[in-house]
Amino acid sequence: MARKIKMIVAKPGLDGHDRGAKLLARIFAEAGMEVVYTGLRQTPEMIVEAALQEDADVVGLSSLSGVHNYFFPKVVQLLKDRGLDDVLVVGGGIIPPEDVEFLKNAGIKEIFGPGTPTDEIVKFIQENVRS
Amino acid sequence: MDYAKEIVSGSTRAAARLISWLENEDERAAPIMERLYRHTGSAYVIGITGSPGAGKSTLTDKLTQTIRKDGLSVGIIAVDPSSPFTGGAILGDRVRMSELSLDPGVYIRSMATRGFLGGTARATADVIKVLDAFGKDVIIIETVGVGQDEVDIMGIADTTCLVLVPGLGDTIQSMKSGVMEIADVFVINKSDRPGADQLHAEVAVRVEQDSHIKQRAWTPPLVRTIAAENQGIDELWRKIDEHRQYLAGSGELIKRRKMRTCQETLRLIHNELFRIVRDNLEASGQMNCMVEDIMDHRRDPYSIMRGILRDWLSLPEEQKETR
Repeated sequence: MARKIKMIVAKPGLDGHDRGAKLLARIFAEAGMEVVYTGLRQTPEMIVEAALQEDADVVGLSSLSGVHNYFFPKVVQLLKDRGLDDVLVVGGGIIPPEDVEFLKNAGIKEIFGPGTPTDEIVKFIQENVRS
Repeated sequence: MDYAKEIVSGSTRAAARLISWLENEDERAAPIMERLYRHTGSAYVIGITGSPGAGKSTLTDKLTQTIRKDGLSVGIIAVDPSSPFTGGAILGDRVRMSELSLDPGVYIRSMATRGFLGGTARATADVIKVLDAFGKDVIIIETVGVGQDEVDIMGIADTTCLVLVPGLGDTIQSMKSGVMEIADVFVINKSDRPGADQLHAEVAVRVEQDSHIKQRAWTPPLVRTIAAENQGIDELWRKIDEHRQYLAGSGELIKRRKMRTCQETLRLIHNELFRIVRDNLEASGQMNCMVEDIMDHRRDPYSIMRGILRDWLSLPEEQKETR
C-alpha cells in the first residue's frame, strides 16, 4: 500500500478568512495527499496537538495579518518540544520578502508567497517530506 | 521504541504512529497489535452516521464535551472519503472540534476511506483497538456522509446513532432497508428547521411498523437536537447510556461483540491471504499474462480462478467435487 502524505493546513492567529488556505488544501488533496484542514483562529498549541494526533508529515501555515514572525517559529519550537523534529513546516500568505530569511532560520523550510505556482508548492513538499 | 508499552502508558506519539502503520498496511503493525490486544475490551464504541451535512461532526463535538463532564476520556475517529481519482482526501471533520483539540482527555484522528466503501475506513476496526488500549473510555466513530446502504458501522459500534435532518424525503424513504435498519438511536438534528415535526412523525411510524414486523427488545428512541446550539445533547447521551445498559443487561453486548470478533478475524485472514496471492501474481508477471489471455478469449477468468486455487490450496478430493 503506497504511503500517503499527511498534511495539516492551519491558520494561526486571527485571520478573518481562509479562501486561500482552503484552495491550497484542495490542491494538495488533488495531488494525492490526505489534508487535515484545521480552520481559523488556531493557536500554535492546537496546531501542534493536531500534528501529533494525526501523525502529520507536513504542517502548512497560512497567515494574512502579519503575525507570522511570532506564530510560525512558535509552531516549529512546539513541534520540536513534542519530539516532532522531522515534520516539514512550510508557510504562506502575506509574508513580506524581508521576513523570509528570519523565518527560514527559525525552521520554516520554505515560504510561498501569493502567486507561487501551486505545482511548485506540491513538488517542494513531495521532495522534502520525510520518507 | 517499545510501541505497545508506550501506547498503554499513554504516549500519543506512539499511538499516532501505530495508527499510520495500520492505515498503510505496514508489517510493523501486526506484532504490536498482538501485544496490545490484551489491553483492549473496555472501551464503549458509539457510531455516528447519517447523510452528508446532517451535522455529525458538530454533534460529535458537543456529545464529546458532554461525555467529558462525566469524567470519561474519549477517542474520536472521523472518517472522510478519499477521491476515487487522485487518492487524496480533505479531512474536514476535525475543524468542527477545535475546542476539543487541547483537552488532554480527547484524542481525535481523521481517517480517509482509501477506497473502502462501507462508510468507514479499511483500518477503522484496528484503530479502535489502539484507542481502546490507549485508555479511552468511549470511542466515537464518525462515518462519512452516507447514502442508504453504507452500514459497516453496525458491525463496529456498540450503539449506532443515525443522524437525520428535516427536508430530505418522505415516508417511503424511511421505509427502505439499509441505514434506517441499523439505528439504535435516531437523532433528528437541525430540529429547528421546517419539516422537523413531519420527519419525527415519519420515523416514529417506521419504528411503530418495526414493532409489528419483527421481534425487538430495544425500541430505538428518537432524540431531537440542535447540535450547533448544544440542544438535546444531554438527552442523546442519556439514551446512548440506556442502550448500553440494555445491551449489558440482556446479553446482547456479548452477542454483538462475538459477531464482530468473528467478522474481524475473518477479515484479517482474508486481507492477508489475498495480499500474498495478489503480490505474488503481480510480481511474477502472471497477472498480466492472465489478463491478456482473458482479453483474447483464450481463457476465462473463472477457470483461471480455479487454477489459482488448485495451486495455492490443497483440498481433499471430496471438497474439490463440490466446487
